[in-house]
Amino acid sequence: MDRIYSTCIAALVAALVIGCGGGQKPTTDTAQTAQAPPPPPIDPTTVATISGRITLQGTPPKAERIQTKSDPNCKQPVFTQSYVVGKDGALQNVFVYVKDGLGKYTIPVPTEPVVLAQKNCTYEPHVLGIMAGQPLELRNDDPTLHNIHAVPTANREFNMGQPIQGMRQTHVFSATEVLVPFKCDVHHWMSAFVGVLDHPFYAVTNTDGTFEIKGLPPGTYTIEAVHEKLGRQTQTITVGAKESKTDLSFTFKV
Amino acid sequence: MILFLFSLLVAASTAVLIFAGGMVTSTGSGLSVPDWPNTYGWFMWTFPVEKMVGGIFYEHTHRLIASTVGFLILVLAVWLWRAEPRAWVRRLGYIALAAVITQGILGGITVLWYLPDPISIAHASLAEIVFCLTVTIALVESPGWKQAYSRDGRGPVDDPILRAVAITTTALVYAQILIGATMRHTNAGLAIPDFPYAFGHLIPPHWDAKIAIHFAHRVGALIVTTFVLATTGHVFYHHSRRRELVRPSLLLLALVALQITLGAFTVLSGKQPLINSLHVITGASVLVTSLVLTLRAHRIRFGEGAVGVRVPREPRRPGDLRAHASAGARA
Repeated sequence: MDRIYSTCIAALVAALVIGCGGGQKPTTDTAQTAQAPPPPPIDPTTVATISGRITLQGTPPKAERIQTKSDPNCKQPVFTQSYVVGKDGALQNVFVYVKDGLGKYTIPVPTEPVVLAQKNCTYEPHVLGIMAGQPLELRNDDPTLHNIHAVPTANREFNMGQPIQGMRQTHVFSATEVLVPFKCDVHHWMSAFVGVLDHPFYAVTNTDGTFEIKGLPPGTYTIEAVHEKLGRQTQTITVGAKESKTDLSFTFKV
Repeated sequence: MILFLFSLLVAASTAVLIFAGGMVTSTGSGLSVPDWPNTYGWFMWTFPVEKMVGGIFYEHTHRLIASTVGFLILVLAVWLWRAEPRAWVRRLGYIALAAVITQGILGGITVLWYLPDPISIAHASLAEIVFCLTVTIALVESPGWKQAYSRDGRGPVDDPILRAVAITTTALVYAQILIGATMRHTNAGLAIPDFPYAFGHLIPPHWDAKIAIHFAHRVGALIVTTFVLATTGHVFYHHSRRRELVRPSLLLLALVALQITLGAFTVLSGKQPLINSLHVITGASVLVTSLVLTLRAHRIRFGEGAVGVRVPREPRRPGDLRAHASAGARA
């Protein structure tokens, strides 16, 4: 009996020693990066600008008015937002960003929050960009309840309720992901898409389908345009110091 | 008798709960209340009615009905504990209580973990078990069961073939419901968008996991229908004068016909929520009807002074049944 007891004690001590780091300490990435010099910041005197226009070829499904009777508080007419097409096929709500080619730079993460509001029973804006680590302020401007349900793949899923008008909550994404879908399970028609990046070089096309990405260091980049229904397209572009390229265009087909 | 009526009420309320649960899934409202057990911070029963909008209406109503059913099952379990002389029936009450509590916890986990498929499928599957338990309790509390279906002096049926085919049918119906729940929660309900064909063919020309689950549910429907026909056919052929078997058999046939129709319309309507939910509750009704038939076929095994009517292995013509039945009664 004593022998069994002493064996158990010895095993427990061995487990504690190993568990408490009695073995060899692994070299951490943090220790290595602490010794390496930090990447340089972007030189603001050399930065370039990329701009362009995104169009849609073909006839998209017509924006239809959504039946919102399930919530009498949703009084404003709501229309489908998947295809917002302006004059000459100008495609709105396309997320455009630098996918590849950006060197190593120290880019500060803004502390200013990006706002995603729930207004008139829709998400506003419908598509937006944010940096990982930057606060995303989620706000309920409606006199009704909403739940904000993000369904990411690389980040943690979350679902928070905002039952009172004026409520604000903040969420911070930890990983890059393009695009994170948002929905509201109370109002099934509500959707938004958030592009999460580790840099600020992104834009969302506006009503005339145009976009502009400013402050890029000179280099060759892969630019990707992402639409919630039409998928992704990429192009490569080279910009020199202080150069402004205005002819980057994408055409989606439906 | 009051206990029997109360157990019937509990069984009926469980059916309502399953329908309400079906509406939650069908309308995609499962996460419209993000917290649990509270509702947007309110204690469940104090949540304002005017705030039950959109998906909250379905999810919160489901929670309220679930709490009510849970309470009713608690009362039933206590009642059985105090008043029921049969130990196995008392145990059924405890099991039903444990099952409904587990079911509530599974429902909560489903919400808090954002509807993970295995938990959601388990929640749907356990719901059927709870329904089966409440129906079983109601059945064994019924006067007919207590009198061993022997009001005319014949005693319960003792038919090994019926027992085997009925229990197989019930097991197959439950398996079919499990496949249906998997299809529902993995969003495979429209993986095959046409009916009765699959992409215009008898067998799908291409496959993925969702198509496989969906097609398995269709094949399952055929198998279940075959076994239901076998069971009910056996009852009509060999026990046409046994009301306790003929009635659930007729109901079973009607429910299966309705269920297949609803299944077809679920696909053709693009999963219209009401049709979809009716498909869920009709499926549950098929299960418990088959279970009632199975339990009545097994009544002889429960003893309590029942006298059986043994059915010979040789099938008889319908005209012989009367003679056979009266011979059994004399025995």
